[in-house]
Amino acid sequence: MAKSEVKLLGAWPSPFVMRPRIALNIKAVEYDFLEETFGSKSQLLLQSNPVHKKIPVLIHADKPICESLIIVQYIDEVWTSAPSILPSDPYDRAIQRFWAAYVDDKFFPTMRGISAAQGEEAKKAVVEQVAEALALLEEAFGKCSKGKAFFGGDRIGLLDIAFGSMLGWLRVTEKTNGLKLLDEAKTPGLAKWADRFCADAAVKGVMPETEKLAEFSKVLMAKMRGAPPPK
Amino acid sequence: MGEEVKVFRTWSSPFAFRVVWALQFKGVPYENIYEDLSEKSSLLLHYNPIHKKVPVLVHNGKPLAESLVILEYIEETWKQTPLFPEDPYERATARFWARFGDDQVLPSVFGVFIKQGKEREEAIVTAHGNLKYLEEELRGKKFFSGEKIGFLDLAFGWVANLVSVFEEIQGLTLIDHEKYPLLLAWIQNFMDDPIIKESWPPRDKLITKYQALLGSFIPKEAAEK
Repeated sequence: MAKSEVKLLGAWPSPFVMRPRIALNIKAVEYDFLEETFGSKSQLLLQSNPVHKKIPVLIHADKPICESLIIVQYIDEVWTSAPSILPSDPYDRAIQRFWAAYVDDKFFPTMRGISAAQGEEAKKAVVEQVAEALALLEEAFGKCSKGKAFFGGDRIGLLDIAFGSMLGWLRVTEKTNGLKLLDEAKTPGLAKWADRFCADAAVKGVMPETEKLAEFSKVLMAKMRGAPPPK
Repeated sequence: MGEEVKVFRTWSSPFAFRVVWALQFKGVPYENIYEDLSEKSSLLLHYNPIHKKVPVLVHNGKPLAESLVILEYIEETWKQTPLFPEDPYERATARFWARFGDDQVLPSVFGVFIKQGKEREEAIVTAHGNLKYLEEELRGKKFFSGEKIGFLDLAFGWVANLVSVFEEIQGLTLIDHEKYPLLLAWIQNFMDDPIIKESWPPRDKLITKYQALLGSFIPKEAAEK
């Protein structure tokens, strides 16, 4: 398939953009990575995702697919010959989808809330919520992996991608706030899984270095502070 | 195969209806287990410790939560009467609109219902901004899924049974004939389907319930003025 048949609109710091990139790597699909300029949205993005105007957007044979987890499942369903991203058993698939939704609906907003928290007490409360979420994910890891390396078993799957893509920002949050969130003592399964995930061939090239992401985070924070207050 | 299918639900939960309708379309026998959300059963808390919500599907003792996740499971487990499109692109599109419905449309419509004054005016604008996509999606189609009811119609089922309840209680019209002829036709076609009709929440009970719910919001609104 010609490289230009598959395009991905995105940006290197975004954990959501990382997800389809990992999926395409797993499937060994070549694609054009069209990076958005920070602070502005391209015409192609606005046309391809008029509803949300957000990245990532996968454009396959000129048809846009939006929302990172939907894109990952689309990739798995279209490129069927390479390793599967979702398990074959319907119950296992549902469990992965459930926890992937949990990562997006609960874990990510809570993690992001750490940096936004005002004052020590508020911050402590949010950190506690993140710790609780990680404890649940540790338990989920035990059940899903069944003793193997990843949530998906021997190879990374949907839930590894959904949660693993958050690791860059998790590490930046730890660094910026002087915290240890992913603690070997508290969540030993996840701590080891995180290293394995980041070392995986499909992930290595697209997971940004923590330093680089931390620098970007400062730029992002400054921009958000300088921006007019939301209505 | 001995199948045991249970649905933990309330009589009114729109999310539970999706699950129940899907099972009915596929002709899968199931048992309703009605919950009182003010006093959740220990069984519900055992099956859904993370969110402690309905619906929960329990299939041969194995629990699943989150209605959209459950719908995909039902589709993959009972293959008769497919509810999802076969084509991956169309499937991705249906999933996209289902998430949009839950993340944007439902909260904005609910906002119109519970807010007052200027906040409501703003909520109405937001709701129309979201609902217009639904109208567009119906162009050239009887149902969101095409000729027959499918996944996306079930996901939007709450539009058919709740919006008019909100409109009646508040004395306003959100889905009007001028802006939403297709959506109104869809609502009628959806409601007229024999399988949907079989499990339809009683309107008078819905009105009573949501009137009471509104009452619980109003003191907060007054306090904030």
